[in-house]
Amino acid sequence: MLVLSLRRLLATIPVMAIVAIIVFSLLYLTPGDPAAVLAGEQATAADIERLRVTLGLDQPFLVRFGQWIGGVLQGDLGTSIFSQRPVMELIVQRLEPTIALTIASLIIAVSIAVPLGVIAAWRAGGLVDRVAMSFAVLGFSVPVFVLSYILIAVFAVNLKLLPVQGYVPIAYGIGPFLKHLILPAVSLGIINAALIARITRTTMIEVLNQDYIRAARAKGLSVRRVLIRHALKNAAVPIVTVIGISFALLISGVVVTETVFNIPGLGRLTVDAILRRDYPVIQGVILIFSATYVVVNLLIDLSYGLFDPRIKY
Amino acid sequence: MSASTTILTQAPPTGLWRLWKRHPNFVIGAMMLGSALLAAIAAPWLGTIDPQMIAPFNRLEAPGANFWFGGDLVGRDVYSRTIYGSRISLAVGLGVAVIGISLGLVVGILSGFVSWVDQILMRVMDGLMAIPSILLAVALISLTGASLKNVIIAISIAEIPRVARLVRSVVLQLKERPYVEAAITAGTPFIWILWRHILPNTLAPLLVQATYIFASAVLTEAILSFIGAGTPPSTPSWGNIISEGRTVFSIAPHIVLFPGIALSFTVLGVNLMGDGLRDIFDPRYVSRT
Repeated sequence: MLVLSLRRLLATIPVMAIVAIIVFSLLYLTPGDPAAVLAGEQATAADIERLRVTLGLDQPFLVRFGQWIGGVLQGDLGTSIFSQRPVMELIVQRLEPTIALTIASLIIAVSIAVPLGVIAAWRAGGLVDRVAMSFAVLGFSVPVFVLSYILIAVFAVNLKLLPVQGYVPIAYGIGPFLKHLILPAVSLGIINAALIARITRTTMIEVLNQDYIRAARAKGLSVRRVLIRHALKNAAVPIVTVIGISFALLISGVVVTETVFNIPGLGRLTVDAILRRDYPVIQGVILIFSATYVVVNLLIDLSYGLFDPRIKY
Repeated sequence: MSASTTILTQAPPTGLWRLWKRHPNFVIGAMMLGSALLAAIAAPWLGTIDPQMIAPFNRLEAPGANFWFGGDLVGRDVYSRTIYGSRISLAVGLGVAVIGISLGLVVGILSGFVSWVDQILMRVMDGLMAIPSILLAVALISLTGASLKNVIIAISIAEIPRVARLVRSVVLQLKERPYVEAAITAGTPFIWILWRHILPNTLAPLLVQATYIFASAVLTEAILSFIGAGTPPSTPSWGNIISEGRTVFSIAPHIVLFPGIALSFTVLGVNLMGDGLRDIFDPRYVSRT
């Protein structure tokens, strides 16, 4: 068990190494002169030259990569061009809102999607199924910011129930914290629920067609017990897998949602960095988000054993 | 588009009606995408004015007889900008679908046939997939500069791994088929095997995949423009219009609303079409392999 978990853990190292190489190489692989693009239109030749030295573009690729990766391994993601502060420090400062938003949206997405998918599968072809799946297709199609604005218009501007935007740290009280988090988390949660609901439905339909489900019903177990204990547990692996995959969507969604609701998290940091052409910050944020994605999917892989005893690590 | 024509010609004379009865999703989706396409092509004749024309008197004007969708921050006509915006979105969707599929096809075929290349390519693809596509595009665009071309290329690169994996798995399955093994043993030129046996079998899944890529590319472009890493701000793309309207949302929601509806409508159409295509192709594809 332990050995296999460790082996799975080691397997993430090459993936992370490739991610680091890709993120770093972009500076060198992109056509044109990145220093000139990053310096902006009003930059003088001297400005561009200075930026080239700051980014290390004047040094050979391998030398610069060695320095950079050495730093990354020690938690040094470089220095922001705009604020001259360590990128790691900027990221750590912005971590709380992003983590709060991500977890809240994930909880909302799962608690909408899984029951919806289960009911849709149980009554496949029926009215509930059709309505649920229409909502799922809508969820794929409506961009998260459009849904955010609709929710803001209804609940914040018209009904005045919730704040239009902003973020209150959890340390300032759980009430205000939740109040500010509801709208962004619900918008993001609803969008992410679409994919999870669809997979839940497809997998559940497959499981519900199995003989042991019929047997369980035939011996007189309640529908509820069969659906949850017998079917859902056996459908868990694909559902949990897609939750891991949807984490990538969630990250994109976080960047957008933080912009709409003016939440000072990592997404906002990214957007500010785009406007300021602060490439080291963009690079650092990509690395952190990708690492999180890889780790989340690693944890999900390791969790398979909980749902299916046949899978052992 | 060629997909719908082949399906129509294969069906009996009453084909259109049968298609509608059996796959209403596909027909509705195709009609929605068709109308977006029509708007893009016929933009100059749809009662639009110059989408860049600034009329300070009409700033933030509410939707009405004069400005159907109202005016934006500097008094440009939101209706005209939204109609012209369909050109940008569809160009991005189509461009990314074509480039992403072509490059993914090349990578997938290489991986499927050459095992030492496979090891390297698939590791690179794993790495690419671990980077959230929006952020990859953001990095590429901030290094190359904001332009429609760069946006299309950046989004395409993020789509390659999914296509490559799909193609690779089809190739790996087909390689084990007796008729392909026979062809290889008989010394059939590789190109001919590719053309005769491999490509036709990738067509159906790739077509479905293409619609999903199209839909996600349109959304991604809008998100990129919205966060300031997309097409240049003057371009009337839906994401740009919404991004500009953001600051005045509570007093002039129409600037965000109309392009938002257009965007959702188009993506919904493409998604419905994709689901329909999947229903149409899937059984045949499964039975074939």
